[in-house]
Amino acid sequence: MATVIQDLPAVAELTRKDFVPPTEVRWCPGCGDYAILNSLQRTFPELGVARENFVVISGIGCSSRFPFYMNTYGFHTIHGRAPSVATGVKVANPELSVWIITGDGDGLSIGGNHLLHLLRRNLDATVLLFNNRIYGLTKGQYSPTSPVGTRTKTSPNGSLENPLNPVLFALGAEATFVARTVDNNPKHMVETFKAAHAHKGISFVEIFQNCVIFNDSTWESIYGKESRDDQMLFLETGKPLLFGKDKSKGIRLNGLTPEVVDVATAAPGEILIHQPEQASPLYSHLLATLAEPDFPTPMGVIRKIEKPTYEALVHAQNAAAKAKHGAGTWQELLHGDATWTVA
Amino acid sequence: MSDSTPGFREMKSVVVRFAGDSGDGMQIVGERFTDTSVTVPNSIATFPDFPAEIRAPVGTIGGVSAFQVHFGSSQVLTPGDEPDALVAMNPAALAVHLPDLAKGGLLVVNSAAFTADNLKMAGFASNPLDDPGLGDKYTLVALDITGLALESLKDTALTNREKLRCKNFFALGLMYWVYTRPIEPTIEYINSKWAKKTPELAAANIRVLKAGYYLGETSELTRNRYSVARADVAPGIYRKISGNEATALGLIAASQRAGRDLLFSGYPITPATSILETLAAYKHFGVTTVQAEDEIAAIGVAIGASYAGKLGATATSGPGMCLKGEFIGLAITTELPLVIVNVQRGGPSTGLPTKTEQSDLFQALYGRHGESPLPVIAANSPSDCFAAAFEAARIAMAYSTPVILLTDGYLANGSEPWQVPDEATLPDISRPFADESQPYVAFARDPQTLARTQAIPGQPGLEHRIGGIEKNEKGAISYDPENHSVMTGLRAAKVAGIARSLPPLEVTGELTGKVLVVGWGGTHGAITSAVAALRSEGVAVSCTNLRYLNPLPPDLAALIAGFDHILVPELNYGQLNMILRANYLVEAASMTKIMGRPFKVSEIRARILELLND
Repeated sequence: MATVIQDLPAVAELTRKDFVPPTEVRWCPGCGDYAILNSLQRTFPELGVARENFVVISGIGCSSRFPFYMNTYGFHTIHGRAPSVATGVKVANPELSVWIITGDGDGLSIGGNHLLHLLRRNLDATVLLFNNRIYGLTKGQYSPTSPVGTRTKTSPNGSLENPLNPVLFALGAEATFVARTVDNNPKHMVETFKAAHAHKGISFVEIFQNCVIFNDSTWESIYGKESRDDQMLFLETGKPLLFGKDKSKGIRLNGLTPEVVDVATAAPGEILIHQPEQASPLYSHLLATLAEPDFPTPMGVIRKIEKPTYEALVHAQNAAAKAKHGAGTWQELLHGDATWTVA
Repeated sequence: MSDSTPGFREMKSVVVRFAGDSGDGMQIVGERFTDTSVTVPNSIATFPDFPAEIRAPVGTIGGVSAFQVHFGSSQVLTPGDEPDALVAMNPAALAVHLPDLAKGGLLVVNSAAFTADNLKMAGFASNPLDDPGLGDKYTLVALDITGLALESLKDTALTNREKLRCKNFFALGLMYWVYTRPIEPTIEYINSKWAKKTPELAAANIRVLKAGYYLGETSELTRNRYSVARADVAPGIYRKISGNEATALGLIAASQRAGRDLLFSGYPITPATSILETLAAYKHFGVTTVQAEDEIAAIGVAIGASYAGKLGATATSGPGMCLKGEFIGLAITTELPLVIVNVQRGGPSTGLPTKTEQSDLFQALYGRHGESPLPVIAANSPSDCFAAAFEAARIAMAYSTPVILLTDGYLANGSEPWQVPDEATLPDISRPFADESQPYVAFARDPQTLARTQAIPGQPGLEHRIGGIEKNEKGAISYDPENHSVMTGLRAAKVAGIARSLPPLEVTGELTGKVLVVGWGGTHGAITSAVAALRSEGVAVSCTNLRYLNPLPPDLAALIAGFDHILVPELNYGQLNMILRANYLVEAASMTKIMGRPFKVSEIRARILELLND
């Protein structure tokens, strides 16, 4: 933990090993978190950021142990509240690269309010939400993303609540970057993490993650070997929305309703082109609502727009105040506008 | 209190209360009266008392807003027990405040507001102004203030509504005449505030102010005028300051002294909000303010800022403290500097948001799960909030710990003259971060203070992890039973050890005797006034006010042992009293009050006399 690596290589020469601390990882064997950890440790050296400028901040839950497994500055905070700590860190020092690790319970249940406000503020930070549709650390209770009817120890007759769609939640909060990836595709994870980092502003990434103990194979119907071709839609900017083996199927609009269409029979130009950067959020919302079994689930960057970041605006106001009033003096602080003298 | 020169009486001190509807501008005239009186100079204390509702229905009891100002030629430490003069702008204000008015006191009422509707809303079956007994008990001056204000503005182009809004300045002008205060400072104030934007309104207010003043002069309505001589105030530079302003400035001063910029995050809550508002105007002092989405986020942002090397601080009131509890625990176990201000109000739950109480002491000391001690300190007057906030920040950084600063609604909104300190006298509080040339051990401790040294993100080679799970000295997660025992003990010993650095207690009176009054926080003024008055009458009684509630001052045990009786007045059900009993095995007597209002000097005086005669 306290190991100090002397003679740290220059930023450009960092490797995955520089981000692996001498800490034993304690997730269950086969947990999807391992692949995510591995992908992030592979991503960090490629971002051109000095190791000391990374801060990984988490709440509570299996995924939130993450900071202890990254050899960077790390803060394992309290349940659901990582976004507020991250806001304080980033506003205090905008030079830092801030990564928030959360899960479906931590981020969308107990911490839903903080996540909402983090997204709308557009702090320049990245949120990785590990969605396994279950409470793992407390040994298997339904979560806010569990499908209706999920049977757990707290819902022996099936859960009753409508699940939250994390991507739709993020779009609703007008997050400026929203993406989705899966724990069984390291290449796609690294690409997505890099794109998230490159975005200036809040980047929200939902990761389909498997809980091998309490909710095994929850995403199998989407990303399993048998289903992945037909049930995942990999998004590429400027390219048509195609999926299926041999990319034989596409998505078109019938009025405001999306439809799956056979590419061979589709009219020219009919298949939607992926444009995550358009100002209107309608297209992104449409993508976010595509779900199994009728539609493939979109993977990749769903929305990406530019807005000023919160910390930049805060510092601009602070700088403007200094420019207008000059740096504050003791005299001004203590005396204020009006004093009187008693002789 | 007064001599007998007819028509002009010299008073040692006077208490004036302005009361009216929330929309009547009573806070404004109270503030003006205060600002004028501080320049005399008089010693001064104020007590604004307003409803939680922004605009309760006009004319109702619930909508009454009041401002009390106590000014004197000798030291004034409280806003005063009972007003010598009451200005009541409507029947509801009379109904609420008349019971407090001193017998024979000056009662100025706006008779125009005593309409059938208003009387009914105030619960009067008949017009109290028609009761001859009222004039027998008080020096009643019933004036058509509304009509007089309108009359003085009849040749202006203002609307009737605008004219009516000036009537509070009529009452102010009259009170200036009665208490021989100059009207020029108020004219200057009106001009500086409104002359540019709305010159007609500025001129109208000045005209009405003068009309009120001249009415007193020409009609000698009250038969008597009063004067209060200059107070014998220590030479120096003074300013008027409220408790919340002083808290904000104390935090900034500490951040400047420490060389760590202040990052303050808060969520609006009465009566703490004005700390955030005040700080938002000090960005050029390196102050960053973040209005968070809730109380929990506010402290989270402050903790994040402290972790990244700033001075993190937050302020709230009781209900907000409940929400912050879990994060306070995190700051305790990660040993990060942090200032948490609780501007106490009446509780539990929403309770009395705009009223004062001291009932959060137990919460500050014990309101978390686990063994989680932290330093708790209290401010004892509006201006003392400056020194208390500075001290809270000093301890937070010196010991790398969260600190709770307790103030209350009475201190927060009250204001008083403050002798501006010389910045050179403020203690040095700089504390370096970890040395990048040395290996870093996250929870290695300073042998003197037991404080850990922070390494902050951005420092190369010192990367490490912290969090809420128990850890060993190196910062590695540890569930080892021995380690938990050691770490819990170290955290407790660090906080307890602060006692070694505390200054000696300040005691009014002898160090041994029959009765010692022990108070904390905002009761300081009332307790000291009662004790000082008794002592001036030759009664042997002593008192002290505790700045430090955790750890307690090391000399308190010996002081307590030197007295037959210990009296502990508190605006709660005896929380400090229980702490003193537990710590010192002393049969301390509790004196409590849960009315949303501060103690009266007379109440404490009476209780001391009771004990003395025991």
